[in-house]
Amino acid sequence: MAGTVQRTINVKLRVWRQPNRDTPGHFEEYEARDINTDASFLEMLDIVNERLIKENKDPIAFDHDCREGICGSCSMVINGNPHGPELGTATCQLHMRKFKDGDTITIEPFRARAFPIIKDLSVDRTALDKIIAAGGYISVNTGNAPDANSIPVPKADADEAFDAATCIGCGACVAACVNSSAMLFMAAKIAHLEKLPQGRVEHEQRVLKMVKAMEEAGFGNCSNTGACALSCPKEIKFETIARLNRSFLKASVKRRS
Amino acid sequence: MKYSLSSIGQKQIMAVTGLVWAGFVLSHMIGNLLIIAGPDVYNGYSHALVSNPLVYLAEAGLVLTLLFHVVKGIRLTIANRRARDTKYALTPNGAKSPRFQSRWMIFHGSIILVFIILHLLSFKYGPGIREGYITTVNGVEMRDIYRLVVEAFRQPGYMLWYVIAMVFVGLHLSHGFYSSFASLGFYHPRYSPILNKFGYLYAVVVALGFIVPPIYVYFVL
Repeated sequence: MAGTVQRTINVKLRVWRQPNRDTPGHFEEYEARDINTDASFLEMLDIVNERLIKENKDPIAFDHDCREGICGSCSMVINGNPHGPELGTATCQLHMRKFKDGDTITIEPFRARAFPIIKDLSVDRTALDKIIAAGGYISVNTGNAPDANSIPVPKADADEAFDAATCIGCGACVAACVNSSAMLFMAAKIAHLEKLPQGRVEHEQRVLKMVKAMEEAGFGNCSNTGACALSCPKEIKFETIARLNRSFLKASVKRRS
Repeated sequence: MKYSLSSIGQKQIMAVTGLVWAGFVLSHMIGNLLIIAGPDVYNGYSHALVSNPLVYLAEAGLVLTLLFHVVKGIRLTIANRRARDTKYALTPNGAKSPRFQSRWMIFHGSIILVFIILHLLSFKYGPGIREGYITTVNGVEMRDIYRLVVEAFRQPGYMLWYVIAMVFVGLHLSHGFYSSFASLGFYHPRYSPILNKFGYLYAVVVALGFIVPPIYVYFVL
């Protein structure tokens, strides 16, 4: 096709290999040759893995699912940045044209005590589910679905709630945080429900329960470094954390027992 | 869950106590600048301060807030180190670089704590009237703190350590001021960028203000 230039690059990979959570890991080097610059980062790893399988070697384990930036499965820290160097981009949406021929790319798993390594680049993010289970829901009676427009929601509130709801729960915020804190994730889930009438009812209880669950899951505390928001593929704003801090203060003062 | 032991609660205690000290260092810095006005003004100001009975209340408040700030800071740092038990080969960089000073707070803080203890020993609990540091201003006998300060700052080692410690005070404030408001839940897309800039300005003004007296004594006086 006119105007299309096929370009390929060769890159060197330094990949964290770890057989399981109890065995110490180490970096191993791989050559990724003739990689089409239109390939996504995950496709590049697929190509490397196919070669490893052909050579009867253990392929690199990594998480992935939708590969269109909405499921939150893909993870990995690329050259020090969760989801790689591009702002607002999940690893699956990162393309090899962002790298130069001859680059060395260091790939590590998300590192946090709360995210034990399953294998190589794949980590167990169940701890995030525990935070959700503690209060990231609304309690409603089952039955027929209520009429969609029976409770009016101001457009601005709906927009803010939706901005928070775009969190895909990938855990990049935890990976980026020097304290492995899950504050941005939790703040997004809380803000998403707080802004809507159905979620507001249980808001303060939810805040107290979820903060407790975050602490119990072994996540650290927030130092307001802002690393989380910068690493977020969905660009959840840092101010979401401040909103959570405000809610927590209010809920702590008001609680009756 | 006790508020004072919760992750956010501890941060908020750090924020409030930190802001108390941020206010204190500004007033202390302004007071120090009186050294340029000469011994009588400096000693007179110092005397007025220590002879006001309210000073005990202020001192108790400062000691208490400092203790809380230090204890919570240490507790949070230990918890944070435990939460990140393995190290990355590389850390966030480029467009994803976090606020740089934020990760050094415990380091600045430790140096500032050592400084505060030594500072109290050399001045507040240092030689006084009994040791001959005595002067008379407008007929009132008082401690000659001016002489003590000048003697201290004329020693190059002391002057240098003081200046370096004040740089750390500035760095600590440059993150702490802004961070305190975020911890307490204040963040607004219109005001927070201004507050952030103000925090940097505040840090620079306080640090430079503190650095003026030792430099003035050593190089000018």
